[in-house]
Amino acid sequence: MADAVISSPASLPVGPMGRHGVGWWGAGTLIASEAALFAYLLFSYYYTGATAPAGWLLEPRPSLKLALPNTLLLLLSSVFAWWAEQGVLKARRPQALLGFAAAVLMGSGFAAVQWLEWQAKSYGLGTSNYASLYFVTTGFHMAHVIVGLAVLIALFVWTALDYFSRRRRLVVSAGVLYWHFVDAVWLFVFTTYYLTPYLGFAR
Amino acid sequence: MRPAELRTPAIGIDTVEHQAKLLQLWETSPGLKGFFSTVDHKQIGIRYIVTAFIFLGLGGIEALVIRLQLAGPNLSLLTPAQYNQFYSTHGMTMIFLYAAPILSGFSNYLWPLLLGSRDMAFPRLNALSYWIYVASGLFLYAGFLTGNGPNDGWFNYVPNASRDFNPGLNQDFYALGMIFFGISTTVGAANFVVTAFKTRAPGMSINRVPILVWGTLTASVANLLVVPAVSLAFFLLWMDRQFGTHFFDAAQGGQPLLWQHLFWIFAHPWVYAIVLPAMGMVSDGLPVFCRRPLVGYHWVALSTIATMILGFGVWVHHMFATGLPGLGLSFFSAASLLITLPSAVAVFAWLATIWLGRPVINTAFLFFASMIILFVIGGVSGFMTASVPVDWQLTDTYFVVAHIHYVLIGINVFPVVGATYFWFPKMTGRLLDERLGRWNFWTMFIGFNLAFLPMHVTGLLGMPRRVYTYADYGGWGILNLVTSVGSFVFAAGVLLLFVNVARSLKNGREAGKNPWDAPTLEWSVSSPPPVYNFAVIPTVASRHPLWESRLGGAGALSSLDRGMLLDEGKETVGTTAIDAVPERVLEMPQDSVAPALLALGLSLCFAGLLLKLWLPAGAGAGLAALAILAWLWPRTDLREREPSRG
Repeated sequence: MADAVISSPASLPVGPMGRHGVGWWGAGTLIASEAALFAYLLFSYYYTGATAPAGWLLEPRPSLKLALPNTLLLLLSSVFAWWAEQGVLKARRPQALLGFAAAVLMGSGFAAVQWLEWQAKSYGLGTSNYASLYFVTTGFHMAHVIVGLAVLIALFVWTALDYFSRRRRLVVSAGVLYWHFVDAVWLFVFTTYYLTPYLGFAR
Repeated sequence: MRPAELRTPAIGIDTVEHQAKLLQLWETSPGLKGFFSTVDHKQIGIRYIVTAFIFLGLGGIEALVIRLQLAGPNLSLLTPAQYNQFYSTHGMTMIFLYAAPILSGFSNYLWPLLLGSRDMAFPRLNALSYWIYVASGLFLYAGFLTGNGPNDGWFNYVPNASRDFNPGLNQDFYALGMIFFGISTTVGAANFVVTAFKTRAPGMSINRVPILVWGTLTASVANLLVVPAVSLAFFLLWMDRQFGTHFFDAAQGGQPLLWQHLFWIFAHPWVYAIVLPAMGMVSDGLPVFCRRPLVGYHWVALSTIATMILGFGVWVHHMFATGLPGLGLSFFSAASLLITLPSAVAVFAWLATIWLGRPVINTAFLFFASMIILFVIGGVSGFMTASVPVDWQLTDTYFVVAHIHYVLIGINVFPVVGATYFWFPKMTGRLLDERLGRWNFWTMFIGFNLAFLPMHVTGLLGMPRRVYTYADYGGWGILNLVTSVGSFVFAAGVLLLFVNVARSLKNGREAGKNPWDAPTLEWSVSSPPPVYNFAVIPTVASRHPLWESRLGGAGALSSLDRGMLLDEGKETVGTTAIDAVPERVLEMPQDSVAPALLALGLSLCFAGLLLKLWLPAGAGAGLAALAILAWLWPRTDLREREPSRG
């Protein structure tokens, strides 16, 4: 191969192309590290719950009335983020802008409903170990939602400024990937705090 | 004009005009502006190394004070409270602020040179990782200097670290400082991972990279996955202390053992992260002085990875005495015993390399070779404590202290000093003095063993660690005196290194390109290397590009003076992850102050959090957010966006 590199060099893309480039790898490594963070948060929940005496679980039957629709809303926002990325990919700027705007609105809606969830709880951050875990874990997720929304807003602005094309769009793909991550990790948080009590964990 | 989206890189040879063109493209501007904005991996690497050595000196001075206090029974140089801060700060400094950053420094400096590239994959991220390292180090030391240093050991168990027992700011400095420091480690690790996979010279397939790259790559993957555990642990501790949560206090249903799990899930892999790159230094440096390639390259590379994979599953061996169920203990004991196998592979590979080679005995060789002995001693004492009943006898005694020092000094400091002798000529153009080097080696080697070999006996006699003084039970006094004398001899040895560096910077013998007649790419460029590293991108056909003519063997030869010119901008080549086939021209960023500003914003933010001054904290976070936005703003010159369409 060494000979060929010199004797018949190939034509190479200059800079990132599509979603290929070192930036894509960079986004991947940071998301891996963030995913590990949530794994440790959930480990803390399961470990403490498994070793706690009865009565640790403050909500043996957590209400899904707000949480379930809210989860679906967040997932739907991911679909719109994907649709926006497709808009950039196919050089349809209005679609991209509409998609980002919808994703931002839905993400903000998720955050607002989550805020209502917090307000409606009968316990606070310092009530018990379970309460601390609940608020800090969902709080960590909320922080990621806020960062994700900031990323989506930046993508909206940059798309409006006509920065991207189907070839030059690595930033878009990396940002949307981050939003998918924020949504996917919520499924784990949701399952842990809202569903496993029904399955009997720590009841 | 629209920049081309595809280009066939021009192939050519190194000429004076070409070098002048590259110099103009790559040079850092002089003065303060250049100082705060440079993204050159060589400057960043040297800063890392110098800063880490300063922390080694500070941690060493703390150790000497501790050893004065312990030189005899019933001494009172330090109060118990001061003693707690001294030994905890010593541990924090050596393990976090010296041992990892020194290896990051060497890897930062060396990687692009070893890999035939012009910089790391993310040069600005590299600068950020350094600035945060310095800022978090200053943050942690601000605590110590104001009497608020960590005071519960480096692993900082609750409930001792909780507010009821520890009301001062000590633990808040430590908790926030460690979260801050973790950002540096994480972004640095991400950079190493992507650099290793995406920016190797054409032809440098994954089985041709130096072992140092394997070591740092493995450590970096681990750091990405485990640093969040300790950052989370410290965050939860801070919440418990300042915001009334109940993660760790048993009285409120908290789980104190959760701290130990989260801490050691991080800290055991961390121990491997601070030795695997150093083992890589030995695997790359030792064979040069044995005048032959490393024996068993593939085995050593695979054992590096195997050590880390097993290393994820041994953390509970730090917790054998906490009353966990027996079945769990058996599993973790078995994993801990098993981990000696990959370690032994490396040891036998080094021994075979010496045995089959024609060793040239010089200072670097002595440091590298002596590490094998120290590694075996530290490994055997580790193997002993992997057994649950033995651990129950030895836990919390000086035996464990002796073990950790054989591991960390033996497998980190000795290789690092060897690496300094080995690569100093590349970094500065001058050789370290060999005569002084021998004194340097023997003083360190004798001092170290004098200090820490008898310490095993101190531990076997039952002396507990972390106690500020002791009565003279059955021989503890004389053993401690020997240890204290040894530690001063060892410190004198380290001082000789600093003296040698200071003298040789001015008066050292000129090194030339390749003073050791070594085989890898960094020795093919001038010493110190030009800012762009390689005038033409090397094309690699073997593991030892500079030894190909003498090693013989079939196949193509590497091409070092003819290759891709890449001089139409600040460029290098990106290659595929496994085979290193060229896949794109990488546009490298210009110097930027964004990383330094981001670190400044974060410093302000953490200081505000510490003092619960929300305005400065918010302002710092705002500054950090602006720096990130400026940093990530898509730019045409990096081909991140279309040129303006007007």
